[in-house]
Amino acid sequence: MTTEARGIAATPHEAFAEHDVSAGQAFGFWLYLMSDLVLFSALFATFAVLAHSFAGGPTGKDIIHLPYVFGETMLLLFSSGTCGLAMLNMYAGRRTPVLAWLAVTFVLGFGFILMELHEFRTLIVDGHGPDRSAYLSAFFTLIGTHGLHVASGLIWMAVMINQVIVKGLTIPVQSRLMRLSMFWHFLDIVWVAVFTVVYLMGVL
Amino acid sequence: MFGRLTLSAMYHEDLIVMAAVAGSLAMGLALVVMITYKRKWTYLWTEWLTSLDHKRIGIMYICLALVMMLRGIADALMMRVQQAVAVGTSYGYLGPDHFNQIFTAHGTIMIIFVAMPFLSGLMNIVVPLQIGARDVAFPFLNSVSFWLTAAGALLVMVSLGVGEFSKAGWSGYSPMTEMNISPDSGVDYWLWSMQIAGLGSLLTSINFIVTIMNMRAPGMTLMRMPIFTWNALCTSVLILFAFPVLTAALAMVTFDRYMDMHFFSNTHGGNLMMYVNLFWMWGHPEVYIVVLPAFGIFSEVTPTFSGKPLFGYTSMVFATIAITFLSFGVWLHHFFTMGAGPAVNFFFGFATMIIAIPTGVKIFNWLFTMYRGRIRFTSPMYWTVGFITAFAVGGMTGVLLASPPANFVLHNSLFLIAHFHNVLIAGALFGYFAGFTYWFPKAFGFTLSEKWGKRAFWSWIIGFYLAFFPLYALGFMGMPRRMLHYDNPAWRPYLLLAAAGAALILFGIICQMIQLIVSIRQRLANRDLTGDPWNGRTLEWSTASPPPFYNFARIPTVHGIDAFNDMKEKKIAYRKPDRYEDIHMPRNTAYGFINGMLAFVFGFAMIWHIWWLALFSAAGLLFAIIARASDDNIHTTVPAAEVERIEQEHYRQVSAYQRSARQAQRRKFSGR
Repeated sequence: MTTEARGIAATPHEAFAEHDVSAGQAFGFWLYLMSDLVLFSALFATFAVLAHSFAGGPTGKDIIHLPYVFGETMLLLFSSGTCGLAMLNMYAGRRTPVLAWLAVTFVLGFGFILMELHEFRTLIVDGHGPDRSAYLSAFFTLIGTHGLHVASGLIWMAVMINQVIVKGLTIPVQSRLMRLSMFWHFLDIVWVAVFTVVYLMGVL
Repeated sequence: MFGRLTLSAMYHEDLIVMAAVAGSLAMGLALVVMITYKRKWTYLWTEWLTSLDHKRIGIMYICLALVMMLRGIADALMMRVQQAVAVGTSYGYLGPDHFNQIFTAHGTIMIIFVAMPFLSGLMNIVVPLQIGARDVAFPFLNSVSFWLTAAGALLVMVSLGVGEFSKAGWSGYSPMTEMNISPDSGVDYWLWSMQIAGLGSLLTSINFIVTIMNMRAPGMTLMRMPIFTWNALCTSVLILFAFPVLTAALAMVTFDRYMDMHFFSNTHGGNLMMYVNLFWMWGHPEVYIVVLPAFGIFSEVTPTFSGKPLFGYTSMVFATIAITFLSFGVWLHHFFTMGAGPAVNFFFGFATMIIAIPTGVKIFNWLFTMYRGRIRFTSPMYWTVGFITAFAVGGMTGVLLASPPANFVLHNSLFLIAHFHNVLIAGALFGYFAGFTYWFPKAFGFTLSEKWGKRAFWSWIIGFYLAFFPLYALGFMGMPRRMLHYDNPAWRPYLLLAAAGAALILFGIICQMIQLIVSIRQRLANRDLTGDPWNGRTLEWSTASPPPFYNFARIPTVHGIDAFNDMKEKKIAYRKPDRYEDIHMPRNTAYGFINGMLAFVFGFAMIWHIWWLALFSAAGLLFAIIARASDDNIHTTVPAAEVERIEQEHYRQVSAYQRSARQAQRRKFSGR
């Protein structure tokens, strides 16, 4: 591994400092994820309160197609796996497989977003948009916030693919990839909760 | 092209508004002219606006807080004058639209744009120095945080001239903030300014938790950390877990307004009490976010000026942690009248009363620290003693309000207003003033005028009692908050007293301005040459005033609580290191400023529905973040020789000062 990207001499002391920076960044990112979890909690709580405020509009049973959402879920879960493979290759220092697995992860995540957008579009066209009832407001906001996170993750991933190509697997690039993977797995966990609370409990 | 922004948004029939706009513009223009005349733009840009130095960012935070405080105080004075005259057939000088904007702006500004930047500024200046670090963990993120806060403050200021501010109160209860009731730009200004500044606060909290947990000097275990740093840590934890709830609540109001959703509307199944719950789930921890740093300041000031270690350090730490936890379990006491039922109300009332216990522990710790100490009554000590007496009353009225039956009577009355001003002014603000005076020499290298500091204190404390204690009585007499006009002449004498108190507070602020001017003019006479003007006990006093940009040439090693006092007792303070090392420091960058300005443009565009501009500024933000994140060359190295030169200069000053102090002492003895 090389520290030349930072233009600092790689004495043992420096390598230690670099490690410190990376650890601090990982800790800081954990804290950010915790705060994001609180944000999602607020949205989940709101959804729970408004889950039966249909205002004469459609209920969960009317609008949810579980097989479709199951497909979405599979895309995201598999993308978590491929993201993990990219990380394993990163630790082994193999650049090309890292790029390949990141690309696969990107495609899976992109597919997830496309499916979600399609679901949203269908609902809105059918007159079941977020302005129809408080239930649908909470539905669109909770799922849309998660979708926005996934979309940000995709932009981040594109940037990182570019950085791996241009800079190689330098220490700063590795440390960023590590945080990206934390973010990606985090979104997966949130999605599991979304799938359970919004979709499964919605059709029960 | 410009969304719903038209020229008429800049025209106000109200002469007072026009005068305020003209005044603000004139002051801004005067500042620009002065900087241009003195040719300071380059200096301002390279040394301050693009600086990643935590001390400079801290100073900018406090400047922002002080400027916004003037605006918040002006709002307060206008309300006091209105209520002093608007009785019976007299309707005062403010219209309802304007009055409602004033009380909304007053609350929003004082909490989000005075208290938050003030405490962030003090944390920025002090925490890295207290833990023996060279900077915060993420210096660039720190700059971004500051500029986001500044962007939010700028939006509030712009609302004065372009359009109007929210009329829905600082807490923005639904359905007042819904589009069908408030279709104008006011609520949007409130939303976006809070949202943008809130993001800045969240990033600050992450920064300080990592800084405190990861960057303490060797030997400084958690239980050897200075109490102010402990409070900064607990405040940061509170921010981290509370602010996302505000973000979510504000986002839902935004969706209701912009996309016709129905979270908090009266129709389509919306639930407006959900908003109130979410708001106070942030809002109550926010009270402690604001007051904990002040508690930390009192815990530094009291031992220093009593010449004793803090009484009950461990209990102080656990009291702070207890408050941190408990503050998340009391939010419902802001709306007992929601009618959640006796069991729920009992739980939240009980939880609220329990908070009085750790707070009481703190009060006793400060008192016992002073007990049998050699107290030096400097102005920070004045603020502290004034705080202890006034805050005890505020705390007790809080316990009274925490009792649901009493609360049903006092809810939304002036009793409540008196209570929370009692804890926020006498608790938080007095603490910030104490900290401001205490650490001012550390930040600037000279002490503030004590004479004017004490005058300011007496004006403030008498003004405070006069302005707010009549409100307790008015609350018992049944006067509700936020009244533009009233018919009960029995209230009037009390409101006149309150107005007189507000005038005295204004006099206190004038004293503080004079204090600044006088102290700057006498700065050579009041220089702090040693870096330790108060005989301090913690590490920030072990380095020069103002500290070199790297803070410490050598990171100190800590052996106990009050590390610097320990060094002085062992006679190892001011000892020169054998050799100096190269120091790596973050390089200045304009990206923090650019991000903040883009966030401001984005907020402004969203407020006025200028969608293309919103899109462009959002894309600009994204690109700025990516560009900065791709830059790996962000450090610069200070050579050991340069460090040595700066340090030698400091040691020369210290020894010259010590020599002259010894001579003065000898003269004193021989004179006797």
